[in-house]
Amino acid sequence: MARYVENYRCAGLECALLIPWIPTLSSPALVEIRDLNFTYDKRPVLQGINMVFPKGKLVAIMGLSGCGKTTLLRHVGGALKPTKGYVKVDGRVMHELDQDGLYAMRRKMGMLFQFGALFTDMSVYDNVAFQMREHTDLPEEIIHDMVLMKLHAVGLRGTHSLMPSELSGGMARRVALARTVALDPMLIMYDEPFAGLDPISLTVVGDLIRRLNDALGATSIIVTHDVQESLKIVDYVYFMANGVIEAEGTPDEIRASDKEFVHQFVHGEMDGPVPFHYPGGDYRQDLNLKG
Amino acid sequence: MPAVNAIKGIGHRTINAVWRIGVATRFFLLTLTHSGSGFRRFHLIIKELFSTGVMSLIIIIVAGLFVGMVLGLQGYETLKRYGSESALGSMVALSLVRELGPVVAALLFASRAGSAMTAEIGLMRATEQISAMEMMAVNPIARIVAPRFWAGVISMPLLAALFSAVGVFGGYLVGVVQIGVDEGSFWSQMQAAVDFREDILNGVIKSFAFGIVVTVIALFEGYDAPPTAEGVSGATTRTVVTSSLAILMLDFVLTAIMFRGT
Repeated sequence: MARYVENYRCAGLECALLIPWIPTLSSPALVEIRDLNFTYDKRPVLQGINMVFPKGKLVAIMGLSGCGKTTLLRHVGGALKPTKGYVKVDGRVMHELDQDGLYAMRRKMGMLFQFGALFTDMSVYDNVAFQMREHTDLPEEIIHDMVLMKLHAVGLRGTHSLMPSELSGGMARRVALARTVALDPMLIMYDEPFAGLDPISLTVVGDLIRRLNDALGATSIIVTHDVQESLKIVDYVYFMANGVIEAEGTPDEIRASDKEFVHQFVHGEMDGPVPFHYPGGDYRQDLNLKG
Repeated sequence: MPAVNAIKGIGHRTINAVWRIGVATRFFLLTLTHSGSGFRRFHLIIKELFSTGVMSLIIIIVAGLFVGMVLGLQGYETLKRYGSESALGSMVALSLVRELGPVVAALLFASRAGSAMTAEIGLMRATEQISAMEMMAVNPIARIVAPRFWAGVISMPLLAALFSAVGVFGGYLVGVVQIGVDEGSFWSQMQAAVDFREDILNGVIKSFAFGIVVTVIALFEGYDAPPTAEGVSGATTRTVVTSSLAILMLDFVLTAIMFRGT
């Protein structure tokens, strides 16, 4: 029972918010990626990726759709095995873990999927309580309080009895966020957390990501192509293109970057290193024009 | 060259089919392996029993009633030619408990519950709910597949038994109430002709086997469905088609084993 009470006291975000955990620049790495290569169907998706995610930091991985961002995140979660290189989380090489080891590691991680991936046959309450019921022996009364505290932290305590189909896109993302941090993970991964959100929800979700990271003392990885919102909240940015790291730096360094690709991406320019036209044959020939 | 390409195509399809059977078998074995943790979540099996079993009751009862009534009509017409109308009860009962009950109930089960299972799991895959579960260190085979598998396996024999019982009642309505076959001979002939081990038990074994086959096909197709609208619809169609063919083929095999020479 003492363990339950201890868990109970530490689980609420408000409790953690009272004493914010402040990361230092010298924080050791929680996630380390070295010479990561991944080939799918003879096509190189990731090539020689080296990244470091220090404890307590919020790091963004940006790039165009299909550049390998989500594949990289799946390697961190242990869902894919690299062709070469490794991903180390909390000192353990992910692809060398057996299923029990992998599941033990995943209990310390949280992942927010692009559209929330809430379980549609469960209420909001049951979604947030899901991991608590699966991985702990906590009594239902304590789970009840913990769930309401998590939902309160994302501003949606009043939705606990609703079904996911009754939520707006932004609300669903926030409920999914509450579910992601249900067991206070040490590593939180976000896969396109801003996709399809209205401006207000965008700001709310961005702000929550930053506050949750600091309040829980977690390390966060955001995979996104929403430049403006991400640069407001992250500590460091990696830019990826065609499976390699094109640029990296702090948000200020990225904004000031004179690299053509970064400039085009940050300012949303139509043409540049990333061409407007997909490569194709001769235009005149395609239109059957003679002469 | 077209001939070579055609042979290549046949070869690819054959390899693909064999590969899928192998993957489905592995999936089935994994489901059995994780059934222990599935049974620990018994409330999930109860929930699935409701959606697969209880929600299939209407279609099973209505179909059973009409199949029994048709059997009553057709059986009477045939038996009348030989002056054996009194054997109508045994004919209706034997047809139902040996063949029509397990087979038609399984076909209806595949169309109603099997397709629903495939669509549900396929959509869970498409909306990343299964990936989310894996990332939460919860095995989807144990949490999603195993409870549905056991719910299907438990439901199927019960639904087949109900189908046969309602079918017998349908035969009674037409044969005795409408046409006027003697009620005493209808029931007594049935009682004398139907053997518990030979007929009823074999029918139950059949429906149990159909339950395993239909549920595994439905779950595998859903779990393996490409995460697109087209992928889920294709998987749902494959569930109904493959299950129906598998039921009919398996029925022949089981009938040959159970009733040969009797």
